[in-house]
Amino acid sequence: MSNFWTSSIGKKVVMSLSGLFLISFLCVHLTLNLFLIFDNSGELFNVGANFMATNPVIKIVEPILALGFIIHIIWASVLTLQNQKARPVKYNQRNQSQNATWASRNMYILGAMVLIFLVIHLYNFWWNIKFPSLGTPLTEAVVGGVEMEDTYALVAGLFKSSIVYCLLYIAGGILVGLHITHGFWSAFQSIGFSNDIWRKRLEWLAYFFAIVFAVGFSIIPLYFLLGLGN
Amino acid sequence: MADTILKELTLKIWRQKDAKSKGEFKEYKVHNISTGTSFLEMLDILNEQLVEQNQEPVAFDHDCREGICGTCSLFIDGRAHGPDDDVTTCQLHMRRFKEGATITIEPWRCGAFPVIKDLIVDRKAYDKILQAGGYVSVSTGGVPDANAIPISNDNAEEAMDAAACIGCGACAATCKNSSAMLFVAAKVSQLALLPQGKVEAARRAKAMVAKMDELGFGNCTNTGACEMECPKSISIAHIARLNREFLKAKLKD
Ligand code: HEM
Ligand code: SF4
Ligand code: FES
Repeated sequence: MSNFWTSSIGKKVVMSLSGLFLISFLCVHLTLNLFLIFDNSGELFNVGANFMATNPVIKIVEPILALGFIIHIIWASVLTLQNQKARPVKYNQRNQSQNATWASRNMYILGAMVLIFLVIHLYNFWWNIKFPSLGTPLTEAVVGGVEMEDTYALVAGLFKSSIVYCLLYIAGGILVGLHITHGFWSAFQSIGFSNDIWRKRLEWLAYFFAIVFAVGFSIIPLYFLLGLGN
Repeated sequence: MADTILKELTLKIWRQKDAKSKGEFKEYKVHNISTGTSFLEMLDILNEQLVEQNQEPVAFDHDCREGICGTCSLFIDGRAHGPDDDVTTCQLHMRRFKEGATITIEPWRCGAFPVIKDLIVDRKAYDKILQAGGYVSVSTGGVPDANAIPISNDNAEEAMDAAACIGCGACAATCKNSSAMLFVAAKVSQLALLPQGKVEAARRAKAMVAKMDELGFGNCTNTGACEMECPKSISIAHIARLNREFLKAKLKD
């Protein structure tokens, strides 16, 4: 495996595997989030959130997830910088919309916007849950005799109190969706799992996942925005 | 469609004295161009005009003028080989342009393809990648009898598709990352699919990718622009095969 990780294809494999790992995380995250709109009492979501907060497996996965993000972001930055340098003199006129999709040409910009969203998102929830003494302290809820943090109240409270946050979270969902329209199929191409037949299937699946993520994540703030939540 | 006459066209052309000089765009007018004229013939007409006026003609690459050698280049109105899909510049005709149009003509822009003069770039980088492994080391004899070596129809077809690459450089020129992956993939694929080339497939994939990286081409991000601009419509499925070949080779190391 000498020089593998520094080769162009090696770096792409890192992007691909970290990206696919992040997609699998998004699947779990979205499933859990949808509990928010399926049970207005908040019990279902609280049980889910409590399970994630206390499960030892999740405790191990959490730092791996953080590492996944960090690797994906660092490699993306290195790749993007190298690619910029590969064309020292730019074209005067370019007509790129004729030969490639907008998302595929703007993965770094989309990724960077997702990252900005991510920082705000982590501050809103993760920070408040991990360091209750520093932010808004969480109230307690009792579900089936078990005492747990009322995460539902935290999330619902944010969305009910602020239209701006609702719109921001809707935008976050759409941005991730756009990133996936290219990212999903591209990840398979990067590790060599594609040909002329599979490419069409993978592109189709990419749009499927993109729509599921974009609609799935934005439907939650929309639900509260429309006053349907508790 | 009968040919008509384009009364006046404005050409905005990149002029650069030599590799060291700083270049700039200059504007020229050409008149009464038949729509049946090829794009390169239109540039010939401009050059005759320039020679008559005692000016330096525009230097541009061309050879076969029938789409088989890969010598012609040019980034025309923001696209490699101009506005048509699947053609070289020598196959592009003036019927694709409108009366009174301003046409911007630039050389390939890619760090690994430095400009030598005007619209001519040095594409030796592609030759160097080929020299790194784009061949079969031993003599495999003349053309074998049909069916003497069993090759599946699918493999033969795909190898032929890959072998259509004429090394024009449009893939790296058009790629937002200046990546040469389509060219390298075509060369690796063409040989990896056939028994004569398979023997050295692992070494070839590693050597050609290493050379490509060393020469300063960018990293592929699968935008697919190369495939759209490739005059031979080479599919990026060959890039997936190159990725597979490279991964397999590295895993064995
Ligand atoms: C939940 C968040 C994210 C997911 C699920 C995700 C997923 C993916 C996937 C699957 C790919 C395709 C990899 C490939 O082409 O082999 C990709 C590419 C890319 N991502 Fe992300 N990503 C996320 C966040 C980010 C962030 C925060 C950034 C950067 C600041 C970023 C920047 C990029 C770039 C520049 C590419 C294209 C690079 C390339 O194709 O080599 N992504 N992403
Ligand atoms: S792959 Fe296509 S665009 Fe690239 S050099 Fe070969 S023929 Fe030209
Ligand atoms: S001059 Fe030979 S391909 Fe255009």
